[in-house]
Amino acid sequence: MSTAATATVLEADHAPRVEVRLEDGWRLNPKVALRPEPFGALAYHFGNRRLSFLRRPELVTVVRALAGAPDVRTALADAGVPEAQWAAFVGALSTLAESDMIHSRKEGQQ
Amino acid sequence: MTITAPAHDARPKGGSLVDQFELGLDAPICLTWELTYACNLECAHCLSSSGRRDPRELSTQQCEAVIDELQRMQVFYVNIGGGEPTIRPDFWHLLQYAVDHEVGVKFSTNGVRLTPERAGFLASPACNGYVDVQISLDGATAEVNDYVRGPGSYDTALAALKNLQDAGFKDAKISVVCTRQNIGQLDEFKALADHYGATLRLTRLRPSGRGADVWDELHPLPEQQRELYDWLMAHGEDVLTGDSFFHLAAFGEALPGLNLCGAGRVVCLIDPIGDVYACPFAIHDNFLAGNLLADGGFREVWQTSQLFQELRAPQTSGACTKCEFFDSCRGGCMAAKFFTGLPMDGPDPECVQGYGESALAADRSIPAASQDHSRTAPGRNQPVMLTLTRRPDDFTPPTSAPVSACAENPLAGFTP
Ligand code: SF4
Ligand code: SF4
Repeated sequence: MSTAATATVLEADHAPRVEVRLEDGWRLNPKVALRPEPFGALAYHFGNRRLSFLRRPELVTVVRALAGAPDVRTALADAGVPEAQWAAFVGALSTLAESDMIHSRKEGQQ
Repeated sequence: MTITAPAHDARPKGGSLVDQFELGLDAPICLTWELTYACNLECAHCLSSSGRRDPRELSTQQCEAVIDELQRMQVFYVNIGGGEPTIRPDFWHLLQYAVDHEVGVKFSTNGVRLTPERAGFLASPACNGYVDVQISLDGATAEVNDYVRGPGSYDTALAALKNLQDAGFKDAKISVVCTRQNIGQLDEFKALADHYGATLRLTRLRPSGRGADVWDELHPLPEQQRELYDWLMAHGEDVLTGDSFFHLAAFGEALPGLNLCGAGRVVCLIDPIGDVYACPFAIHDNFLAGNLLADGGFREVWQTSQLFQELRAPQTSGACTKCEFFDSCRGGCMAAKFFTGLPMDGPDPECVQGYGESALAADRSIPAASQDHSRTAPGRNQPVMLTLTRRPDDFTPPTSAPVSACAENPLAGFTP
């Protein structure tokens, strides 16, 4: 593709350094906008101008639900994600956390 | 939510991101908007054959309406070019308008209007870090640059880079179209970028616009493609490429970025009069999807035009199908094939497996340009593509004056 942005592709081919755990509370970074797309959504970070791709519609539902849920576990359950897939979703969330798309709600963090 | 909804249902889930992109998106990721065909320069390889302003150019209000629509479609940034966009009197206003409407701007310029004051504005909080500036430079020395971009253009570009640096503008881009003449200068370009605190951006020369006339002379030779590939593999992290060299992936390892032709799928162009084309390198009637004034706005054209539907449908890959590198190269660039008269479903003219050369040698007809805003009379900035060379060593000077066609002497031209 010509002249594309600095796109981060969520292929999860590397281990993210930030760990998202089921029992923690997270939320979408207010600087990030989600644009619905047929494959899921495109996330754009207005601060560092990076693009990420959320490649499952269910992942988009989960990310949107994070702020309103007490923890990641609840957000996953409410979105109807089967438990067998939680590990994969937590991995995808960790990648998003690493690129600053979602923030931890724990005290002491942004 | 969108008119293409039925297609969504039919669309296969999962697969790679590239597979998904080939089926198209609800809004482009990489939108180029050329604000004017007017330009102070007359670069020999101009992709949009720019020079003269088109009287039908969108008005300020019409441009604002386009930005409003991009904001609604969540097109988060737009690449602004031309022509020379900064010579539109309302350019700085539109820039501010876009930034205020959450549409970031990357604009390409030859630097002509980047005075210290403008550089200061770009570095100021008014732009909120939403503005990227790309200064075009096609040679690391004045000699190589001015050969294609015209006399004085090297100095203009460097003055602009200096003004940006002095104003504290962070991370300007030096945007280079790679040619036969400048591939040997990659290290020098990198040094220039480092000197100005800028990032180097290398892109591929396509035979688009006036580029069609000079492509044979300017496009990198096969061994230079290899040189470029090796250089990119070694410096991949520090340079931008606009993902434009994916045809080089057939040398072996794929380059970082997205390897696909995004035309009409994730890429498109809005031209100065509101015509929407599949790609900035494909300004031709064959790739014209519609006009945003005449056809109900940009969203309507992007989502429903027949051309874009066709580009998002599965394509055949002809002779490339059997190639082991097809997965990463995907047959290369649609525009490069079209403007060199090659079939759309075959190899790229610069196919690094060598299939392009044989295709170029076969029967083909180069399509006529369907629009041209080049100046009708050359201006003072027109490049003169002449290289001064030494007389060859085996040159034998003539021994007498040439014989005139009307010489009547029966012995004219006879040397005993
Ligand atoms: S036509 Fe060429 S330049 Fe345009 S998107 Fe396709 S590969 Fe890129
Ligand atoms: S034959 Fe086609 S797919 Fe293979 S390298 Fe050449 S252009 Fe690319």
